[in-house]
Amino acid sequence: MKSKVLIARRKAGNALFVGFCWITAAIALAALAAILFSLFKDGLGGMNLQIFTMDTPAPGSPGGLRNAIVGSILMCALAMLIAVVIGVLAGTWLAEYAGDSAYGKVVRFVNDVLLSAPSILVGLAIYQMLVAPFHGFSGLAGSVALALLAAPVVTRTTEDVLKLQPSALREAGVALGSPLASTVRRILWRSARTGILTGGLLAFARISGETAPLLFTALNNQFFSLNMTKPMANLPSVIFNGGLSAYDDLRKLAWAGALLIAVAVLGVNIIARTLTRENRQS
Amino acid sequence: MTLTIDRTEAGQTPVAKGKPRGGALDPFFEALCLASATVLLAALCWVLVSLLIGGWPAFHKFGVNFLFIRSWNPVTEVYGAAGPIVDTLITAFLALAISLPIAFGIAVFLVEFCPPVLRRPIGTAVELLAGIPSIVYGMWGLFVLAPWFALHIQLPLLTLAKPGSLLDKMTSGIPNGANILTASIILAIMVLPFIAAVLRDLMMTVPAQVRESAYGLGSSTMEVITKVSLPYIKRSAVGAVMLGLGRALGETMAVTFIIGNSHAFPKNLFDSGSTIASTIANEFNEATTDMHTSALIALGLVLFLITFAVLAMARALLGQQKVV
Repeated sequence: MKSKVLIARRKAGNALFVGFCWITAAIALAALAAILFSLFKDGLGGMNLQIFTMDTPAPGSPGGLRNAIVGSILMCALAMLIAVVIGVLAGTWLAEYAGDSAYGKVVRFVNDVLLSAPSILVGLAIYQMLVAPFHGFSGLAGSVALALLAAPVVTRTTEDVLKLQPSALREAGVALGSPLASTVRRILWRSARTGILTGGLLAFARISGETAPLLFTALNNQFFSLNMTKPMANLPSVIFNGGLSAYDDLRKLAWAGALLIAVAVLGVNIIARTLTRENRQS
Repeated sequence: MTLTIDRTEAGQTPVAKGKPRGGALDPFFEALCLASATVLLAALCWVLVSLLIGGWPAFHKFGVNFLFIRSWNPVTEVYGAAGPIVDTLITAFLALAISLPIAFGIAVFLVEFCPPVLRRPIGTAVELLAGIPSIVYGMWGLFVLAPWFALHIQLPLLTLAKPGSLLDKMTSGIPNGANILTASIILAIMVLPFIAAVLRDLMMTVPAQVRESAYGLGSSTMEVITKVSLPYIKRSAVGAVMLGLGRALGETMAVTFIIGNSHAFPKNLFDSGSTIASTIANEFNEATTDMHTSALIALGLVLFLITFAVLAMARALLGQQKVV
């Protein structure tokens, strides 16, 4: 008798729990679908060929996002270059050399802090390092700020994925008479390739839409420019200024820019997934 | 990876003694890795030092009171961080309170009940959404959520609440949808896919044998999740949630779009406000006096210390457990 009551109670509890999960999943998916819907509706509404051929306009005149797109690509590329080199090496040190050493623990903690450090603070710090002393905003400063945001992501994923590699791989390297550096580079990095690539893509996804640190470093630029030592146009800043402006055409541009960034990030993610899957099959 | 060994060759070659060939590169490579790790440390130190230096004039002028002064007034040059600090904490924790149950629910849904046909598409969608830049969420908040909230929640409440009643005190505010509550909702939607994706990945790491043996003992799904899976992933799950909190605390753009950017000390959740990050984003490039700039950097230092404290707390919580 007692056990029947208990079973009934457990069943009821479970039904509630299952229902809760279904409902939360529905809420979450609805909210996210709503965001995607307006993004595509308003983004496609502002999309045309001019977006890619003309620079950001003054309110009321026709224009596009060419300078911002080029600026964003340049800054992100340079930032990723810096971040991947530093991140992969630092992650390798943490996974392979640091062990339980005190310095290793400090660096790991620091990396965790940097991972969650608000991006706007990174912008402020780089402002005081590369902008204030040289009396000018620059695309280079923007890149360094972005790199500082991307590097911890790469470091963390590299460390995690290297630690997941079976120690048999390391032993195999040693057994083949290979120096540790070669074992790491030729065996561990290769075997962890997909994981490291995922880290890089995550990092890229994080910085490509990052706005806050660029506000005080790269600033923005109304005109087309390839000069990294001068203020540089970038998509996030154009979106920010356009979105908060009172002009309809600037808002339209902002939506188009938001769609471009979102599609780029989604595209990169999908490429990464296909790569991962192919790697698993072979 | 394939490894082929020529057996006859392996049997005949004498084993080389001494250091392996190319071993001279070893110390160089290790030093390079160490240097890269040190760059990260130096970067964090620079962030802290630069905020200390930049914020010093403000701290010097206002002292500890900087944290408690409730006004932020560039005209009279009186700057206090109380409003932004309170707004930052409220929005972040409210966002976490909203998103955590939902993220947990969707993670469990994906791992346990989702029809197999839908599992991959939904899982992929959640992961992809975790990568959408926050400024997109901000745009949506400003142009879609805020007007909707004003029209369907704030205006009805405004007509419903008698002036002076408790409901009125709790919901009074400019009915434009730009307030602390909507900012929290946007933050919640923003961190939701991130937390959900990580939680789902963590739940996937629970070995099938462990879960199946729990089912075999007659456990219900709820019992398997709460008594087997959750304890198994506890440590990493707390880490994931802390990361989400860190994101919410320091999130700038999504909040700047929608919180209303008012410097008055917030009266309720329907009041507009400004977080630390949104204040800096709005005013830094337009600050005209050195004291204004310095006060903004000092605000940044406060934000840094808050996020640092959150992470240190997470570490302390995690330190006792040596799982995973």
